[in-house]
Formats: sequence, structure tokens, C-alpha cells
Amino acid sequence: MSGKSVLKRVDWLTVLFYLLLVTIGWVNIYSSTFSESDSSIFDFGTLHGKQLFFIGASLASIVILLALEANFYERFSSLMYLISMVLLLGLFVFGKTIAGATSWYNLGFFNLQPSELAKVATAMALAKYLSDIQTDIKRRKDQLYAFGIILLPALLIIPQPDPGSALVFFSLSFVIFREGLPLYYLGIALLAILTFVTTLMFGTIWVVIFIALLLVLFFLLKNKKFKVPVFSLSLAVVVTILFSLSVNFVFNNVFEQRHRDRFSLWLRLEKDPGKLEQIRKTIGYNTYQSEKAIESGGFFGKGFLEGTRTKGDFVPEQHTDYIFSTVGEEWGFLGTSTVVVLFTLLLLRLVYLAERQKTDFSRMYGYGVVSILLIHYFINIGMVIGVLPTIGIPLPFFSYGGSGLLFFTILLFIFLKLDANRLKEGI
Amino acid sequence: MKKLLLSSIIVIIAFTFLGRLSYLQIFSFSPDQVLEDPAIKRVYDYPERGYIYDRNGKLLVGNDPAYDVMVIPREVRALDTLEFCNLLGIDKEKFSKELRKARIYSPRLPSVFVPQLSKEDYAKLQEKMRHYKGFYIQKRSLRYYDTNSAANVLGYISEVNERDLAKNPYYVQGELTGRTGVEKQYEDILRGRKGVQYIQKDRFNRDIGKYKDGILDTLPEQGMEINITLDKDLQEYGEKLMVGKRGGIVALEPSTGEILAMISGPTYDPSLLVGRERSKNYSALHYDSIAKPLFDRSILAEGSPGSPFKTLNALVALQEGVISPSTTVQCYNGFYVGRKKRGCHCGGGLRKLNDGIYKSCNAYFAATFRKIYEKYETTDQGMDVWEEHMKSFGLGQYLGYDLPTGRKGRIPSKEYYDKWYGDNRWAPSYIISNSIGQGEVAVTPIQLANMTAAIANRGFYYTPHILKKVEGKDISIPDFVEAKHTTIDKQHFEPIIQGMADVYEKGTAKWVQIPDVRIAGKTGTVENFTKIDSVRVQLTDHSVFVAFAPVEKPEIALAVYIENGYYGSRYAGHIASLLIEKYIKKEVTRTDLEKRMLERTLEYEYAKPYLGREFKINEYDWSQHSKPLEELISRE
Repeated sequence: MSGKSVLKRVDWLTVLFYLLLVTIGWVNIYSSTFSESDSSIFDFGTLHGKQLFFIGASLASIVILLALEANFYERFSSLMYLISMVLLLGLFVFGKTIAGATSWYNLGFFNLQPSELAKVATAMALAKYLSDIQTDIKRRKDQLYAFGIILLPALLIIPQPDPGSALVFFSLSFVIFREGLPLYYLGIALLAILTFVTTLMFGTIWVVIFIALLLVLFFLLKNKKFKVPVFSLSLAVVVTILFSLSVNFVFNNVFEQRHRDRFSLWLRLEKDPGKLEQIRKTIGYNTYQSEKAIESGGFFGKGFLEGTRTKGDFVPEQHTDYIFSTVGEEWGFLGTSTVVVLFTLLLLRLVYLAERQKTDFSRMYGYGVVSILLIHYFINIGMVIGVLPTIGIPLPFFSYGGSGLLFFTILLFIFLKLDANRLKEGI
Repeated sequence: MKKLLLSSIIVIIAFTFLGRLSYLQIFSFSPDQVLEDPAIKRVYDYPERGYIYDRNGKLLVGNDPAYDVMVIPREVRALDTLEFCNLLGIDKEKFSKELRKARIYSPRLPSVFVPQLSKEDYAKLQEKMRHYKGFYIQKRSLRYYDTNSAANVLGYISEVNERDLAKNPYYVQGELTGRTGVEKQYEDILRGRKGVQYIQKDRFNRDIGKYKDGILDTLPEQGMEINITLDKDLQEYGEKLMVGKRGGIVALEPSTGEILAMISGPTYDPSLLVGRERSKNYSALHYDSIAKPLFDRSILAEGSPGSPFKTLNALVALQEGVISPSTTVQCYNGFYVGRKKRGCHCGGGLRKLNDGIYKSCNAYFAATFRKIYEKYETTDQGMDVWEEHMKSFGLGQYLGYDLPTGRKGRIPSKEYYDKWYGDNRWAPSYIISNSIGQGEVAVTPIQLANMTAAIANRGFYYTPHILKKVEGKDISIPDFVEAKHTTIDKQHFEPIIQGMADVYEKGTAKWVQIPDVRIAGKTGTVENFTKIDSVRVQLTDHSVFVAFAPVEKPEIALAVYIENGYYGSRYAGHIASLLIEKYIKKEVTRTDLEKRMLERTLEYEYAKPYLGREFKINEYDWSQHSKPLEELISRE
């Protein structure tokens, strides 16, 4: 396969979104890490200089990825999965601890985070398994097996501890749903989360009232011919109420204080101004500062390199997980909405690309890519703007971090290679 | 359905994010956020506070540099502690204690290590300072007083409080502001305007350079120097005379309304409210609830004017045409109110206006007062006319002078008596005491002085004021240069002034003449009461005196109000005449009188209500006024 033909067939729209995001990301990394004393933007001693190096490396990797045989990925996906699991295990022995998490291998010139590799490998392995002619997702055993592929890396990562990355693997269940897993699994999960949150915010009484209202509505609007599954419905109601009752117990007795604080902050449960101030200074400090930074940007922002809170390093981890607050402060609502729209367009484009794939493996891998990018983007920005609790997870293509950028690039461009190759492959 | 699931989620998330972001950045955003930004610190450059001079250019208040030794704990390196402590005059224990305290406050930020070094200590320390890393010297400016007088007029400065901060956004915590007196009144002029530098900080509060390269920074504007109308020598002299006495003295220049002296006794040295001992001293002054040194009696003490008020009643009567200078009244060593006789000390006989004034005949003025009412059909009408005349002298209202405190005093109106006695249930006889300046009339010393100035000017006055020049230029505040005319025509003043001049020539103050200076004056002796264990007890009379001089072309008009000084000329008259001599002749020749007035104190009078035993009032014996207080108190 000639490189020229790949260049013709690759989805340039996606590449454009990718390049825009990487560029905007780097501009903001530059702003949040530069200091007056920096001599040049290419100074690799600085963080933005290093990031620039990794952008170069990523672009180089794109060339390699596109040049490789397309069916190479499908063929070696099991092996890559195995390797990444070994690397994750190896962390327990050889891992390097940064900021309390033993998630890295020290390779001298840079730190490798095997969980990044595992994301790519797991997406591929899951696609490979589900696309196997032997697999039937309606079968309970195959469902368990598919979830096993997702759970294994998650379980290896949780003790690092890195709950954010672990969560990413659960997002791959979207792929399984797309491929035929009954949706009520998702319904149950959503119902559980909804019950949990409403119970914490309003108490069990309101949950019961809410359910009663829903039931009334249901019976009023239902089709007359519809046969009510009385048993399952009553069971669902009873289980929900019991679950709601258990929430407070679990929250107060099983959770640790720091978890409780995160929820208090997230759901605005704490009304006492003194305690709120305390939470803001400790566990909620990052969120509070990043919200304030974004708020201070206003509609037009303070301008490039003019973000006073960014310059003052008021938002911790601003060049990594909280990079979006720099966008908010310096570029205002114009900047933040642009980034949100770009991510949305990229993700929708990828869904579209996935759906047009001719092979099951490509489509499923495509869904894997969308799931992984979506969960990162959703949790990261959600956390930075204060609609989700604090979970440390980078913003794809944006956050500082060479290994992260490299693997997001690999993740995306393997799919673009598959997409570019779709017409060549037989059905 | 399943194909759309993920796309729908992506779109829902996008709308959620955009909603939240527009809430944060559009609806919660307020444009003044830049100033509240915690990342921008404002560093202020304080200008020197303006100097205050007297009317002749003599310095009253200046500034003195003080030097604070500051420390930034984490920058401190190994040093010769012993030598450093010796230079600072502290011991090693204090050194470690202060350093610990500073470190607890913040290792990165400067704290005061030793405050307010003297110039001498500073000189010794200065050249060695570079050896002590982490320590530096910060210069501050403190008020310095080149006088020990005029404390209440000058006022003091202190740190701004919550209320100041809420009222004026200029100030920030820890800044100083004028709290009373001239310092408060002319705060804006004296203060200048601080310069601001905007400094970008990081979250450890470290400086990381100028915000926006300093385009918003401003330079400080110096405070302006002012001249106030006080005559430093007269003020100091007056305060010396007031030692051991309580009361207020106000001297005005009638031709301008400028306040020449404003004395309140007892007073304090203004330097007490500066420097390290400030709060201790302030508490002592503040909690002295008997002598009340912080209470400026010259503008705040309201009391009956006494006999000087007779001159105004006479003027009103002349203006209303109910008497003429030749109108006579028979004095029976008193006069009758109904069946009750009120006393008079004039000696009795047929009185005319002239000797009515200089002999201070109560009967004459009671009759005059009545005539004012009898002119009108109803007492109400008469009362209104009388009140209007009196108020035209600036009585019963704020005068509008440029000092931050004051009292209205009282000219009773018909409404006042209606309230007191019930509608129309009072008659002129109820209020007859006002004819001789007792009764319901109340004035402050500055009102009394202003009234005297109006008489000296033959019918008008200028609003008394304290500010004379700003930056060497005469001020022209319209309200202060515009003459306020009384309701009395000019020609009626001459007979009154003649009477007042005769007070000195042959009347109640003939013992206090000044060689070569013709004075017009009027004595007053004011009965007063206090409550001891809720029983009304009379105290020794207040001694009051108003005067102006020279009679033909008045340069000074003054009121002296000495609490419990007994009859008018006994204290107030003497003090007034000494002040006039001092002001006009610049020198006092009557040294015997001066010596007596300086030495005599009324402490014994003031102690009486607190002795817890019976006491006599209005004792003529001078001996009590020079003996030590302890001896007088323990004589039984």
C-alpha cells in the first residue's frame, strides 16, 4: 500500500480537528507554564518546550501508523493486550511513583505510563473479541468474557491508585452496548446513579415521592393494550427504595471523609459557610480555584498570556488536568465554547466514521476510540467547570504530558488508518 | 436506537457544558473582577501627610520618620545574633521569640521584627544592615507635634475601622485616617493620594513581576500643607492659663471669623496619641469620665450663657422699639415674678440701659424681656419674633464651622414650651429666666464667642472657621467669606457696646482693665446643678465672660467659660483680659495677675461632688484655689 493513497483516503476532517485541538492545547500549556525568563519556545528545558517535542514525536508516529499494514492491528491486538497487562503488573515491582500514584516506568528521557498503552490495547482486544465469529453478545458467558477484558486492566490500575484511568475502561462498555448488550443494563446503572445522587441531595422521602409520580404518569400514559409486568415493576420499585435507604448508611459509614467531602462539594450539600470555606481550602481547592479562574475570564477572556490567575499558578495542576481553566481565563466563553464544540464535532465525526466501517473490528474499535475520548473529555471538563466531582484524568490532546499525547494520537490514528483502509477490505 | 445512543450522549454533554460555561462566564461574570483578583496585589506607596502650621506660619504638626526592622524568615541566614541584638537593644530571648512569631505568620512574607526604632538606633544599624540577610528596614512616617497644645483642635489619626472601610473605598485595612479635629476635617487635603503598584502574585504570594507591565500603576501625590487660623502663642498661653480649670475658651477674629484660639480644659499633649504608647495613653484619656479630656468643651459643652445674653435681649428690645437707651426701670434689689422675688446684685435704684448692662441688673432685663412680648398680641407671636432675632446670631443651631463635631445649643421656641408645659399653658413669666441668660437657653463657647463677634462687628458675623491656607494660598470658601447679618440694625449696637465698654470702665470688670486697650465685655455668673445620688445639688457658679477689643476696631472677640469658677470676673474675666493683652500687645505686663491665674486651680471645686460629704458653694476664699488638693480634701 502506497503512502500516497493513504494520504488521499485518510479522513482529513478528523485530522483537522485533531490538529486544531493539539495546537490550542499547546498554546494554553505555553501560557500556563511560560515565564519571562524563558529564552525560546523551543527550549526543551521548559514544559511547553518538552510538549512541543512530543507533538513532533506524535506527528512522526502518525506517519508510521499510517504506513503500517492495516490488518497488523487486528492481528496483534491480543498480543498487545497481553503485553500491556504484563506492563501493568510490572508496575507493582518497578513502578515509579509520581504524585502518590505508582503509574509510571522511568525510561530516562521520559516516563512511560502503561495504562495509556492499555487503553489502546484494550479497545483493540475488545473489538477483536466481539468481532470474533464465535462470540455472541446475547450469551451470558460471552458478556462476562467481554466485561472481563475491560475489568482486568481496571482492576490492575485501581491499586496504583488511579481511579480516573480505571474509569476509562468502564467506558468501553459502550462498545458492548452498541454491539447488542441489552440496554436495560445501562438503564439499571443510570437508575442507580440517579437514585444515589437524588437521595444525597433530597433524601429518601423525595425519591419515593418521585417514584410515585413516575408510576402515576406511567399508568396514565400507557397504551391500554400494554400488559404491565406487575412483578418486575414492583421488584424494581422496592429495590430502588431499599437502595435509596442504604445510600445514607453507605455514605456515612462506608465512605471515608475525603470521599464525603468530594460529594458534598459536588452536590453542594454543605450549607454551613464555615465548613464550605474549609472544604474550599482543602479538598475543593482545585475546583474552587479553577471555577473562579474560568469565571474571571468572562465572555472575551483576559487575553493570551494575560491570565492573572494562570500566571499566579492559583489553579494547581493547571498545565495538566486543569488546562481547560486556562482556556476559560484567557480566552473566555469564546474560547471554552470553541473547544467544547471542537470536541463535540470530533466525537460525532468519529461516530460517523465508525458506523461507516465495513468490518466489525474497525467499527468496534472506532466505538472504543469514541468511548475513551468521550469519557476523558466529559470527566475532565466536567471536573474543571465544577459539574462533576474531582477525578484526576487528562484532557485528550490538550493536557501537558508526552506519554498521554502520544497514546491519544496512536489511539486515534490507528482508527483513521483502519478507516482509510475500509474500502480495500473484503466483507 | 443503539446507533444514536452515543451521539445523543455527546450532544447532551456539549449542551450541559455550554450551559454551565455560560452560567460561569456570562451570568456570574462581573467586570470589576480584575480588582478583586487575588493574583494581583496592590502595593501602596504612601505620601507624607501634610504639615499643619498656625496662622503666622509656625509649625504645629509635622512628621517624624520612624524605622521598623522587618524580617522575611525564610531569607534569614546565619548571623551574629549577639551583635545584632546589641544593635537593636533587645535580648536573645526576644530575638528568637520575634523570629518564631514572624515564621508562624508567614515564612515568605515580611513581618515587623522591631517597630519604631529611634533615629539614633537607626543610624547605628543602617551600615551593618547588609550583614543580616532577611532583615531590612522600612521607613514609616509618624505625626510629630511641635506644640503640646490644641490637641482637640488638631485631632489625631488612627487606623481605619470597618465603618471607614465601608464608607470610603479609598482606604484599605491598616491605613491611617484623621479621627477627630482638623486631621479628620481636612483628611483629603492632608492625606494626599497614595500611589499604587499592581503586582502579579503566585499562589504562594510571591511577587512575580508587575501586572501588565505597570500600565495601571500610579504615583503618590503628596499631602498638602495647611495653615490653620489658630495663633499658636495665644493657644498655648490660653492652655497654660486653663491648667487646673475646666471649661472652654474660643477667640475669634471678628473681621474674618477666623478662630484664633480654641481651648478646652483639661486637655492633653497631642504627642500622647502617637507612637508605641498610643493605645495605652488613649485608654487612659478615654476612660477619664470625670475630667473628660477628649471632650472638646469649646464646641461641645452646652450651658446657660448667663448675663452676656442680656446684651442680646437689649438689642432685640431696641430693634423692636420697646425700649430706648433712656428707658428706665426701677430695681428693688430684685424683681417680681408673680409674687416671687428674684434677686439682683446691681445695688438697686433707677436703671437705664447703660448701667443696666455694666451693673448687670437683672430687674432691668426682666422688664425689657417682658416688653418684647407685650408688644405682640399673643405670647406665641412674641416668642417667634424673639427666637428669630436670637437665631440670627447663630444661636440654637449648628454654626457651620469646619470642625467635625459640634452642638446646636438651644434657643427655646414656643413649640419647646408647648411640649414642656402643654399647649399654651405657659406665660412669659415662666420663661423670664431667659432674660438674664439662665432658663432654657443653652449655648456652646464658640456660639458665645460668635455672638460677641457679631456685636463687635455691629450687626454681622462670619462663620467661624479653622482653615486659613492650603499650600500657602488663602482659601476662599464662599460660606466663610460671606457676612451673615443679624436682624438687628447697626445703630442699636452702639449703646450696647458703650455699656459693655463701661463694664471695664466702671462696672463688674473694672479690676481687669488692660493699659492702653479699650475693651468691651460682659460678665456672667451661671447657676448650675448636678445630681448626687439622684438629689439635685447646686454647685459653685460657672464663671463666664465675653469680650472684644479694641472697641473701635475689634481684632479679637472671645468667650471664656470656666466651670464652677464662681462670679464672672473672678476667673473668666481675668483669663479673658490676659488673653486679649497677649494677643493685642503680644506681651503680658500684668505679671502678678498672670501668676495668680496660672497658679490657681479649681480642682477642689471639681472634687466637691465626689467627696461624699456636705460642701459649701460659692466660697469667696481664694486660699482654696492654690493649696494642694490633697490638703483641702483631708481637712476634716
